Amino acid sequence: MGYVAVKGGSDAIENSLELVEFYRIRNSITPIEIEQIKSQLRLAVDKVMGEGGLFTPDYAAIALKQAEGEVFEAAFILRAFRTTLQRRFYSETINTREMFVKRKISASFREIPGGQILGPTRDYSQRIMDTKKASESTSDIQNFLQQFESKIDKNTLKSIKTYAKVIDLLREQGLLKPIDKKENKQLLDITREAIKFPAARSARLQMLARAETGGLMAMGYASMRGFGSVHPTVGELRYGSVPVTVKDPSGKLRYIGKIEVTEAEMINGTSSNKKSEAALYTIGYGLCFGQNDTKAICMGILDTTMRNPDSNQPANDQEFVLYHTEGIESMGFTNHLKLPHYVTFQSSLKNVREEVERKKEVATA
Amino acid sequence: MSNTEDNWLLKVNNLTKIYGDYTENSIKNTGPEFNSNICPETGSIVACADINFELYPGEVLGIVGESGSGKSTVVKLLYFDMEQSLGSAFLMPHLDGLSNILEESNQKKRWIRNYLMGMVYQNPRDGLNFKFSSGGNIAEKLIMGGNFHVGNIRNRATDLLEKTEVPVLRMDDKPASFSGGMQQRVQISKAIANNPPLLFLDEVTTGLDVSVQAKVLDLIRELQQDLGIAMIVVSHDLSVIRMLTDRTIVMKNGRIVERGLTDQILQDPQHEYSQLLVSSLL
Amino acid sequence: MVENNKYINKYNFAFIDESTKKEIRRKLLKAVAIPGYQVPYSSPEMPIARGWGTGGLHVTLAIIGKKDIFKIIDQGSDASVNACNLRNFVQSMTGVKTTFDTSEATIIQTRHRITEEELNENQIFVYQVPQPEPLRSVERYENKTRQMHGEADYAKMWVSLYEQFVSHGDIMLGAGYPVKVNNRYIMAPSPIPRWDIPNLNLSKALHLFGAGREKRLYAIPPFTKVEPLEFEDIKFHIEDFKGSACSKTGYKKAFLDEMYYDDGSTNFVINDSNFLDKLSEKEEPIQHENKYINQIEE
Repeated sequence: MGYVAVKGGSDAIENSLELVEFYRIRNSITPIEIEQIKSQLRLAVDKVMGEGGLFTPDYAAIALKQAEGEVFEAAFILRAFRTTLQRRFYSETINTREMFVKRKISASFREIPGGQILGPTRDYSQRIMDTKKASESTSDIQNFLQQFESKIDKNTLKSIKTYAKVIDLLREQGLLKPIDKKENKQLLDITREAIKFPAARSARLQMLARAETGGLMAMGYASMRGFGSVHPTVGELRYGSVPVTVKDPSGKLRYIGKIEVTEAEMINGTSSNKKSEAALYTIGYGLCFGQNDTKAICMGILDTTMRNPDSNQPANDQEFVLYHTEGIESMGFTNHLKLPHYVTFQSSLKNVREEVERKKEVATA
Repeated sequence: MSNTEDNWLLKVNNLTKIYGDYTENSIKNTGPEFNSNICPETGSIVACADINFELYPGEVLGIVGESGSGKSTVVKLLYFDMEQSLGSAFLMPHLDGLSNILEESNQKKRWIRNYLMGMVYQNPRDGLNFKFSSGGNIAEKLIMGGNFHVGNIRNRATDLLEKTEVPVLRMDDKPASFSGGMQQRVQISKAIANNPPLLFLDEVTTGLDVSVQAKVLDLIRELQQDLGIAMIVVSHDLSVIRMLTDRTIVMKNGRIVERGLTDQILQDPQHEYSQLLVSSLL
Repeated sequence: MVENNKYINKYNFAFIDESTKKEIRRKLLKAVAIPGYQVPYSSPEMPIARGWGTGGLHVTLAIIGKKDIFKIIDQGSDASVNACNLRNFVQSMTGVKTTFDTSEATIIQTRHRITEEELNENQIFVYQVPQPEPLRSVERYENKTRQMHGEADYAKMWVSLYEQFVSHGDIMLGAGYPVKVNNRYIMAPSPIPRWDIPNLNLSKALHLFGAGREKRLYAIPPFTKVEPLEFEDIKFHIEDFKGSACSKTGYKKAFLDEMYYDDGSTNFVINDSNFLDKLSEKEEPIQHENKYINQIEE
C-alpha cells in the first residue's frame, strides 16, 4: 500500500514535469538558439548572471531557455549549477579604472575626464511600442549592422584608453571622508560562511551583488522617497568590461579573461558634530555583472544606508535589507507555502478548538 | 543605623563617561570652572567625570542638577544601560563588594540587575515592554528571578499592583492604555518585584501632572519606609529631592560640585550653583 | 552555437563537493558537542528551492555513505510529493537503497513529523527546518537572538508564554513547540506536532537539524534531556484526539489526520504512513514510550 501511494506521488511529479516541457514548446517547433538568447535577450542574461552569482552568458542563456524566460527561476538554476563547480582560485581585485568603458555618466559634474558617454541606454528613448519588431527580418538586421559598422572608424576604436574616475577628483581635493577606523575591513566569502550580523562591508556588498534587482530597488527607492534619509548624487555610473586576473601557484598574476560589469559610485553628504571636522562626502558603492543600472545604483544607495544603522528605517537595517532582498531565498520560502502543512495545521487547530470551548464556557458561566 | 566606612551598600569610584575621542586634557578642560562639558580640543562630550560616593543600606541619596549635568548618566552607568569610560562600582551583596560590577560579564550583570537592583525611568517605555501586559511586565522580572509558577507570579503581581495602587483588574491590559501616573506605578511594581536592596529613580515624576506627582512621590516614600530599600533619586526638581532624600549630591557640567545632608544643602548651600538652585526653589 | 557535449557535467557522489561536505560535517560535530546550539554553516545552493528542505538535504548528503538505507517523509508520509522528489534526488546522486520501513532505515529525513515507531542507536534522524530560531517571535534581530542564547537570556520567551496563557487560557504554541535541550539552550524542534516533542527526550537516535535558508545546523545527541517549555502549574500537553480512533485500524495511540470526504463525512486515519501500513498488515511495530501517549485509553 505504501508503495502504491508513493508511486502516485512520483507519477504526479513525472506527469507535471512532462506538462512543463509541453507548455515550454507546444506552440513553436523552432527552438530558440542559445546564441540568440545571449545576443537578443542580453539584459535578461545579465540579470540572471548577477542574481545567479556566476559570470557565464552561455549557461545563463541555457537557464533562461529552460525556465521559459522566468528570470528568478533561471538565476536559481544558475546558482545551483555554480555550487557544483570547484573553486580553484580567488581572483585578484578587479580594477574598474582599467575598464574598457562602454557607458560612463556622471550626474555630479557637467564635464568629466573623458566626457559623458551615454553608450547603449534606453534612458532617453520614448517608450513607444515598436510594432515593427514583430516583423523584423534577417535582412533588416543585416542592413542595420552593415550601416552601423560602416560608420565606425576602427582606428579610433583602438585608441580608446581608460579614464580617470570622478571619485578620484573628489579624493584628491580631500573631500572624501576617510574610512571609519571602526569599519570592519575583513574580506569574507558569503558562499563559504553564513553571514553574521553586524556584517563586514565585504559581506554586505557580496550579498547585494547577488540580490534581486526588484527587491533592491524597492528598498533603495523607499529610502530616497521618505522612509529613510538618503539623497545621493550619481558620482559616476560606468558599464564596460574589466580584465580578471588570478595568482597562479608560483605567485604570478595571470590574465584569465574579461567580465562585464556595471559600477555605481553614489555620492552622499555626511554630517559632522565636531567643530574641528568638516562634513565630507562618502561614496556608496554598487557593482554587478552585466549592464544593470538600476541594480548598481540601488546597491550604492543601500551600501550607504547600511553604514548608518537605524532600526526605524528599513533600508538602514542590515538584517532587514540583506535577508529580504536575497531573491533565491525569498522566492523559495514564499513558494514553500504550497507544500502540505496538514500536520502543523492540525496542531494549531487543536489549540483553537480548545480555546473556543474554553471561551464558550466562560461566556455561559 | 550608623554609616561607617565599611558597611556601605554601593561604592562608586571615579565613574566617568565620555562620548567621542578624548585625551587626558578632555577632563582637565571641562567642568563647572569652564561652564562646559565639551572638550575644546577633541569635541568629545564629558557626560560625567570623577564621580565618587558611597550609598548605605536603606539610605536615599538625591542627585540634583540641570539637564545635561550628567545626573542621569550616573544611574544609567550603574544600571549597565551604558558603558563607562573609566571608573568602578562595588555592590556589597555581590561577592561582598570585592568585585567591580561594571566589569562583570553580561550574564552576571543581568543577574545583578534582576536580583540586586531596580530602575524606574522617566519614560515608562524605557522600563516597560509595551507589547506585554502590565502583569507580563512584572512577570518578566519574576521569571528572571527564577519564578516559573503562573499562579504564584499572578499572586505576587497582584500584591505589587495593590501596593502601588494600580487597579488589579487592569493587570492583563497593556500599559500603553494607562495614564502616565499609572504607567509609573507599574514601572515601580516591576522594579521592586524581586525585593532588590537598591532602586534607581530617574526623574520619575517629570512630565506628570502636579497632583499625580504628589501621589507618586507619596507612594515612593511609603515603599521606602515599608521595605527599607536604598534609593538613588535623580531629579532636576529640588522639591522632589527635599521630599525623598537623606543626602544630596549637586552636579553641574558632569561634576559633583557639592554634597551633604539634604536639609543642610537646602538651608545653607555652599556652592554658587547650589545657591542658585535653592533660591529658585524658594 | 553552443556544442552540446561542452555542457555535460558530472556530479560528485551525493552532489555536494567533498570539501563542502567536510565543512558541513565539522559543523555537525560542533552541533553535537553543544546540544541545541545553532551553528552557522555555508549552506551551499542546491537544485531544490530554499524552504523546500535544503538544510535537511545538506545534512543527509554530507553524512550519507554507500551502505546507508535512506527513508524520507513529509507530513509523516513517504508518498508526499516533495518527499518523492527529494528521495529521487538523493537516490540518483548516491545510488543508495531507499526504504519506507522505519526500522530498516539508517538515515531518516523528515519534514514536520517524527515516526511513531521508536528509533534506535543506529539511526540518524534528519530534520528540515524552516526557522531555526525559537526566539524569533520575541526578537526579530539575529544579532540579538545570538546574544540572548549566549547569555541564556530567555525571559522574553517565557513572558510570551505567560501572555498567551493570560489572553487565551493556555499556551497556544502548536507545531514547533520550543524545547530546552540539556538544561541549556532553548531550541526550535522544527514544526513537528506537540505529539512528537516528548519523543525527543532521551532518544536513542541522533537527531540532526538543518535550516538551509537560514544557514544553521544544530543537534540533539542520543540520550539527551529535552524538555518542552512549561510552567510549574501550566503544563505542556500533546494534541488531544478525544478518543478518536483510526478508521482503518481502530488504533488510538498515534497522531491522526482529519479526513473530509465528498459526501460530507469525516473520519481519522493514522498520519504516519509506514506505521499505518504495518498495523494494517498486523505487524507490531514498537512505538515510542512517553507519559502523554500512555495516558490515552485504548
